Amino acid sequence: MATTVAAAPTHATHAHTGLWSWITTVDHKRIAILYFFTALGFFFVGGFEALLIRLQLSHAGATVVSAQMYNSLFTMHATTMIFLALMPMSVAFFNYIIPLQIGARDVAFPRLNAFSYWVFLFGGIFMNISFLMNVAPDGGWYGYATLTGKAYSPTHSIDFWAVGLQILGVASLAGAFNFITTIINLRAPGLGFMRLPVFTWMTLVTSFLIILAFPVITVALVELMFDRLSPVPTNFFNVAKGGDPLLWQHLFWVFGHPEVYILILPAMGVISEILPTFSGKPLFGYAFIVYSGIFIGFMGWGVWSHHMFTVGLGPLGDTFFALATMLIAIPTGVKIFNWIGTMWGGSIRLVTPMWFAIGFISMFIIGGLSGIMHSSPPADTQQNDTYFVVAHIHYVLFGGTMLGLIAGIYYWFPKVTGRYMNETLGQWHFWLTMISMNLTFFPMHFSGLLGMPRRVYTYQKGMGFELYNQMSTAGALLLAVSLLIFLHNLIRSIRKGEVAPTNAWNGATLEWATATSPPPEFNFQKLPTVKTLDPLWHQEGPKGHKIDVGGTDGHGIHMPNPSYWPMFAAFGMTVMMAGLIFGLTLGVPGGLLFVYSTYRWALEPAS
Amino acid sequence: MSEPIAAAAGSAPVVHDDHHYTSTGQSSRKILFWTFIGSECMLFGSLIATYLIYRGRDKVGPHPHEILNIPLTSVSAFVLLMSSLTMVLALAGIQRGDIGKTRLWLAATAILGMMFVGFQIYEFNHFVHEGLTLSTNLFGSTFFVLTGFHGAHVTVGVLWLWTLFFLTFTGRIKAGNDLDVEICGLYWHFVDVVWIAIFTLIYLLQ
Repeated sequence: MATTVAAAPTHATHAHTGLWSWITTVDHKRIAILYFFTALGFFFVGGFEALLIRLQLSHAGATVVSAQMYNSLFTMHATTMIFLALMPMSVAFFNYIIPLQIGARDVAFPRLNAFSYWVFLFGGIFMNISFLMNVAPDGGWYGYATLTGKAYSPTHSIDFWAVGLQILGVASLAGAFNFITTIINLRAPGLGFMRLPVFTWMTLVTSFLIILAFPVITVALVELMFDRLSPVPTNFFNVAKGGDPLLWQHLFWVFGHPEVYILILPAMGVISEILPTFSGKPLFGYAFIVYSGIFIGFMGWGVWSHHMFTVGLGPLGDTFFALATMLIAIPTGVKIFNWIGTMWGGSIRLVTPMWFAIGFISMFIIGGLSGIMHSSPPADTQQNDTYFVVAHIHYVLFGGTMLGLIAGIYYWFPKVTGRYMNETLGQWHFWLTMISMNLTFFPMHFSGLLGMPRRVYTYQKGMGFELYNQMSTAGALLLAVSLLIFLHNLIRSIRKGEVAPTNAWNGATLEWATATSPPPEFNFQKLPTVKTLDPLWHQEGPKGHKIDVGGTDGHGIHMPNPSYWPMFAAFGMTVMMAGLIFGLTLGVPGGLLFVYSTYRWALEPAS
Repeated sequence: MSEPIAAAAGSAPVVHDDHHYTSTGQSSRKILFWTFIGSECMLFGSLIATYLIYRGRDKVGPHPHEILNIPLTSVSAFVLLMSSLTMVLALAGIQRGDIGKTRLWLAATAILGMMFVGFQIYEFNHFVHEGLTLSTNLFGSTFFVLTGFHGAHVTVGVLWLWTLFFLTFTGRIKAGNDLDVEICGLYWHFVDVVWIAIFTLIYLLQ
């Protein structure tokens, strides 16, 4: 309990080294680092799966992997990249940056934050254990009924997928509740909503999308699990008893389309921080960018059936969803023009984070344009389930989300470690990434328009697919090389990078105002008072307001105690959920541990 | 999420959690809980949507009008609605610093909740005897899963209420801990409101 000490600059500290300190940590910065490396690990797992897919498709009639393994590879590649790599990588940024950007000492619920991380870790491990048991999920990442029914998927493969996603959903939901509360309630004095950095805004919008979208897939998965796992099976997707496979598609995409924005909005937020910093001028049209982000968040709920144009919704449904989808091009275009407007006339510093931000804009435009092509039902009918869609999703998720997040890694690395990443290696990484990703994904447009179906094990000679697939495979191998350069740069720079000042890039937002990099455990000795947008750029002159984080607030700094109960609760919950597949011998002990840990957590003193 | 214990080390002035600066002046716990309720609305919304989509599609019975007992369920709905009243009284009790009243009404709310769950167990049993199971038809699947989810929520609420009740004896819940009771109340009222929706859509509007 000895965590409250009044007199600055002394402050209470907790054990800072050793495995135990990481297991019990509730510090948002350390949880962010855990999230980051776990997500990075899963990213390489998903990347390895992608390489196997590309090798299998490198020539006609290949047998690099079995057909069954191929099904598992494309299912787990997508599931891993979306739920175990990109989303948690975004959450790593939420964790590290949001409390700093809003001038807070931590998130609103530090232990809930730790719980989110542990659930994510255990859920990811749980889903991948299926590979060891030779029942890796194989029903595609959107798991359409009736393929996922007992009749066509008799093994536990789909069970691992459904239960795994349920576990991961808990992590996402708990995190999103936490960040909404943090952003609404822990902003520094004077930091009104229209002074929030755009990254914070996009985190808020993303978190609202998560809390409203994830319950929908929860219900879809509950129905699937009742169909598959209940001793008295239900009929939700059982066609013989009148169940409708379209119900799954609707529920999945009511979740799935907001999920697309859950993936892209954080990256849009990241580059909205980077572009002003390296252009040396404020974000062009701040309010337009914020409102466009909110508008995209709202519209994301009205477009889900554009994933279902080929099921035959009828002209009225098709027209509505086509128009709503086209409408989203407007706020997205507004953002792109505002980003370009931010660079226009600025004194641009072309360093690695800026290169990746520019790469994001250009690649995302390509993905956005093919997206608009899909919004037209006749065109979509031609492209549906072909490699054209694979090209589209990779331009928005890799060219968009991943490039944006990589830009963020280079940008905030000096804040997290106190050192810059190596610029030369960064340039190599960037240019190799641009060449290889276009070599990988651009030919997919052509193979797709030629009619090459996605999720099919192999193809025959003479269909005209060979050249494009060889290009894609070569590109994927080159992409792997670029990512190894990145990994080398990352690990090397942690110890050997050039030492960076606390405001490493002359940024405008509060995370650059901490006394040190990495910031002290309590972030700010004194909570800053904010009077403008971009506060660090408005400290001079007659109207300037100096951001002061030294000295003292006049009362003590409260830091939350470390706790291991969130970890035990997460572990118990995962084991309990595993019991849905493997029976009460796992379910009962898991459930007891979960309930016990939750009570201990609720009753221990928080600070 | 618990209150800080006042006896911190040394002679340092201790800042009570409630006096922590928040941007809105509201407790973070309350804001978190409202976001949770928003999320729960989507959960029950999706379950109810599934029920409504599948309504009337069954070729084999039992169908809803053959089996649903509106008078009986009206009684259980009334019991649950009354538990919202006792919940309000429990909150009023702790706000006035009257722990005895708080205990009384927390226990009353929990018992009414248990009665509701009892009605549901009886109803489920009765339906199974009438030949309606999860497997029988779409109505069986959607009805049991939807109302079962609601019943599970009531059960969690009952456990929460009894937990608060016992914590009044350990001193953990005492005068001034209004928020602990208020948040439990938010949950309880929400579960109640969901039942009004389910009762109306499934039982009354067949």
